[in-house]
Formats: sequence, C-alpha cells, structure tokens
Amino acid sequence: MTQQLILYPLLLQLLLAILLMFFWKRIGAQRVISILGSIVHLGVSIGVFAYIWNNGTQTVQAGSWEAPFGITFIADTFAITMVLLTSIAGLAVSIFSAGSVISDRLRFGYFPIFHFLLLGLTGAFLTGDIFNLYVWFEIIIISSFVLITIGGEKAQLEGAVKYFTLNFLASMIFLTAIAVLYGLTGSLNMADLANKVAAVENRALVEITAILFLIGFGIKSAVFPLYFWLPASYHTPPSAVSAIFGGLLTKVGVYALIRVFTLIFVEDVFLDQILLVLAIFTLFSGALGALVQNNIRKVFSYLIICHIGYMIIGLGMFTEVAIAGAIFYLVHDILVKTNLFMVSGLIYRIKGSNSLRALGGFYAQYPKLSLLMFIPLFSLVGIPPLSGFWPKISLITASFDTGSYWSLAAIIFASFITLVVIAKLWAEVFWKDAQEIPVKPKFRYYHKIKKIKRIQIIVPIVFLSMVTLYVGFGAEHIQTLAARIASELIDNQLYIDAVLNTQISE
Amino acid sequence: MSTLILRTASNYLLPVLLVFSIFILLRGHYLPGGGFVGGLIAAIAFVLHAFANGLDDTKNLLRFHPGFLMPVGLALAFFSGLSPIFVDQAFMTGLWFPEPFPVIGNVGSALFFDIGVYLVVIGVTLTIIFTISESA
Repeated sequence: MTQQLILYPLLLQLLLAILLMFFWKRIGAQRVISILGSIVHLGVSIGVFAYIWNNGTQTVQAGSWEAPFGITFIADTFAITMVLLTSIAGLAVSIFSAGSVISDRLRFGYFPIFHFLLLGLTGAFLTGDIFNLYVWFEIIIISSFVLITIGGEKAQLEGAVKYFTLNFLASMIFLTAIAVLYGLTGSLNMADLANKVAAVENRALVEITAILFLIGFGIKSAVFPLYFWLPASYHTPPSAVSAIFGGLLTKVGVYALIRVFTLIFVEDVFLDQILLVLAIFTLFSGALGALVQNNIRKVFSYLIICHIGYMIIGLGMFTEVAIAGAIFYLVHDILVKTNLFMVSGLIYRIKGSNSLRALGGFYAQYPKLSLLMFIPLFSLVGIPPLSGFWPKISLITASFDTGSYWSLAAIIFASFITLVVIAKLWAEVFWKDAQEIPVKPKFRYYHKIKKIKRIQIIVPIVFLSMVTLYVGFGAEHIQTLAARIASELIDNQLYIDAVLNTQISE
Repeated sequence: MSTLILRTASNYLLPVLLVFSIFILLRGHYLPGGGFVGGLIAAIAFVLHAFANGLDDTKNLLRFHPGFLMPVGLALAFFSGLSPIFVDQAFMTGLWFPEPFPVIGNVGSALFFDIGVYLVVIGVTLTIIFTISESA
C-alpha cells in the first residue's frame, strides 16, 4: 500500500467532499468535518512530503496501465511542496470559512464544493498527464464558479461573468494546444512528450503550440496583458473564497507554466524572451494598478498580479538560481496572499467596510490585532528578515548573472511600489484617526458574533502568520527546498526516467 | 399536460424504461451504453412520469430527494476505484471475479464504478429538472 502513498492526499480530499455531500443540510456537521478533515489532510501531506524528501520522486500508474498509455501520477519535490502548501492554505481557509461565511451561503453546499476545489488543485499538482491536467483544471474552475456565485449578489454575478468568460476562453485555448500537441507527437504523457517534442522537425508548429500554452496558462495565472478579469472579480465573493482564490488559483496557473516550460518546451530562447517581457510588464502594471485603488481587496488583487511577475521572471531567466527564487517566491506568496485576504475579511467584519478612505484608527482600537496583521502585510513587502525578502535576493542575483538589467529594474521597481502601497494602506487603515462609518443595522459585526466564531476567524490568521514567520526566519530550509526543486526542474531527465522506467506494481 | 392517454402510458412506461436503463447500464462494458446513458434513460423515465402526473406525484414515488443519489453514487465509484489499493494494485485497476455470474456475466470493480456513475447521473439530472420545474 505504500506505493500508492502519493495518491492519499488526493483520495482523502475526494472522500471529504463526498462525506460532506451526505451532510448537505447539516451545516454544523459540515463545519466540523471540514476542519477535522483538513487537519488530517495536513498530517497526510506532511507525511507524504517527508517520504518524497527522503526517497525521491514517486510515481503511480493509475489502473496499472503502463506509462505512455495510461494516466501517470507523479510526485516530485515541486509537486508535493505544492500539495503541502495547498493543504496548509486549505486548513486555514476551512477554519476561516466556518467562522466568517454566513450560513445562508453555507447552506448551498459551500463546504463540499470547497473540498472539490482543493481536490482539483491537488490533482493538478500530482498528475503527469497533460490531458488529465486539463481535467483537473476543469474541476477547479467549475468549483470556483460555484464558490464565486454562491449567495447571488448582483456585484458577485457581475464579477463571476467576467471570471467565467475569461477562464473558459483559457480552457479552450489550453485544450486546442493539447490537441495540436497530440497531433504532432501522438502522446499526452508529459514525460513522453518531453522526449517526443524535442524530436519534432516542424519547430515553427512547436513554437506556436508553446505560445498557445502560454496564453492559456497566462490567462489563468493573470499575466499581463490577460489579467483584467482578476481585479474585476476577486473582491466580490466572501473573503474566505477570495483567500483561497488569491492564494492558490492563480498559482496553479504558474505551476502549470513552470512545469510545461521546464519539461516539454525547453531551451527555447525566443520563449524565454517572451516570458521575460511579459513578466516585466506584469510587474509594472500590477504595481501601478495597486497604487490607485481604494478598496483593500482590489489593492490585494492588483498585488497578486504584480507578484505573479516575480515567478514568471524567474522562469524567463531560466537559470537554477532564478528558478529557485521563483519557487521560493511561490511558497511565500501562497501563504501571504491567502492570509491577506483573510485579514481583509477580518477588517470588514470589524468595521463593515473595506474602503481605505472610510477606515482608520485601527491601531488605536485593536493594537494586538494590528500587530498580528503587521506580519503578513510586511512579509509581502519583504522587509528583512520577513519572508518576501529572501526570494528577491535570488532573483536579483540571477538577473545580474544573466545580464538582464530590465528585469532587475522591474524587480526593484515592483518591490518599491509594493512598499509604497502597503505603507499607504498601513497609514490609512491603522494610523489615521478613526472615521465615522455608518452602522449597518443587519450586519453581523465582529463584536456581535459568538466567541467561537471570533476564534475561528483569528486562529487561521495566526496560523498562517506563524508559517510565514517560519518561512522568513527559517529561510535556510526553504532555500534548500527551493534549490532542490530548481535542480530537479532544470535536470528534467530525472522526471522523465521516473515516469517511463517505473515498474508497475504487481 | 394531464391527458388520460399520457397518464396511463406513463404508468406502464416508467418500469419499462427503468428496466431498459439497467439493461443499457449492464450492456455498456463491451457494447455502446454504460452508466451515463443508462442514468439519463432512468432520469427520463421519472421526468415523463412527472409530466403526466405532476411533480408532487413523482416526488412521492421517489420518497427521497434525488440529490441524495449524488453522494451515494460518488461514494460507490470512489470505493470501487479504491478497492485495488487493498490488494496492493494501483488505484483504479480493474478487479474481476474469476467466474462469470449467470445472466449478468463477468462482474468486476468497473461495474460498480459504472453503477456509481448511473446513480450520479440520475441524481444530477433529476435535481436540475425538478429545481427548474419547481421555480417555473
């Protein structure tokens, strides 16, 4: 049974979703199952992570069909790290949802769909088959459509339409790219594709396919110029939903980009140049967008776009140091972005507003909470020794090594603007004198809700802040991890051998 | 649409269509058919009944909310995929009884997966149609 170890996070998530469907009407039971299940899931993920760390890449051939024909599941260090991060963020958001999402929304199957979303994410990280990756993407977007529209407010539906249209377009482009790739090589297994694509003589068509993948994943990960759906939709659903979207949904696009462009389409100078240019524009446009916003969640949405640029720029430079930087940034970003949207949810719960102008006096009224919120906010900026600082060193070193000074300028510019944005946010929300905010009669303010709910809102923020602090202060460990992932990604022969030479379990 | 002819016919068609749907489900392993098509046919049987006799009649006939079939079907499919793990085979590997059963033929984990699909399809289709016709 240990050969199947890497499937356990996947299967557990599916089991949870099915179990929660049996309790469709009983929200109280759903809360308990979701939280307990997420804790177990975190334990399982840590166990599998430790196993992969000690024993190297593991594969499972689903249905015992041999590698190029059947669907392969593969957990290398990169994939299992992403699974682990998913389950950390999943646990935090599960607890946060139990406390902050109102039961009118929970009644429409919030928790089952939430776990289907996590199932899709886990599957996308673990699969070694490009068509299967498409299927997991579909599970992710279908679940996310439900989560983004649940509650059915007018603004929510408006955001959902934009979100739906663009993501659907991305899926079509992705599917077209798979079809062309299959026509070229006759294979869908990613390791097999890596061998076959290198041997294709029609390089122009390979290049076009690569561009199609870039556009498809680019829309999903909100890269310039395809990002505009993100700030239009992420501020509309409940903040628990925004948290999981902001933390993980764009990152699965980044994961797919990194996977495809380190495994299948490699050593292509033209593509690397495109990635670099896109990343630089993403950094600029995201940072400038964040400067002018007034809604806290819109500020964070633009910062998501901006910081996607850091990961793409690392991929574009394509050196081991740069990719290690991108991976480190990915780890840091998932934790911090998830946390920030929960912070915005907490602010909204306390004050009933998310507008920078209307808020104020937070530090005077809630000094302890303010200090707690200080951690994710300034980790995002990357004040040393907090977590955002370390990956930027790798990225800056790499841009010196490769001599791409535009990237260097963009990285420094975006860091500086992030600092300005967060400093402005800190000044407006925490230091400015308290403003008069009209009291909403029916709104369930923080001081009105039960103590257990308050704990459920605070605990996940504390939990993720602690993990973020660990990433900052234990940067050495994360750097070791990122370096190992980067070396595995650059030397993709390891991945190919792991898939194609495995013995089927008898 | 409460015509006498349709109402009488639907009472006979319901069991016939249900049996036919199970036939399609079992046939699906080697020939066209399977859980998805079978599930749709079974759902059509109930929809026809609802057309002829009204939604409330059909709901009384079913006794439980069709949405309940979704987790049941999913669980069945899940455990049929999981079962090979307990005998040290890869996830989703087909396990078969050595001897064919009379009438049904060979029985394996794939059949239970298909039955799971059958139930999920009935559940989803009926939930959607019932919800729409309730709000219409």
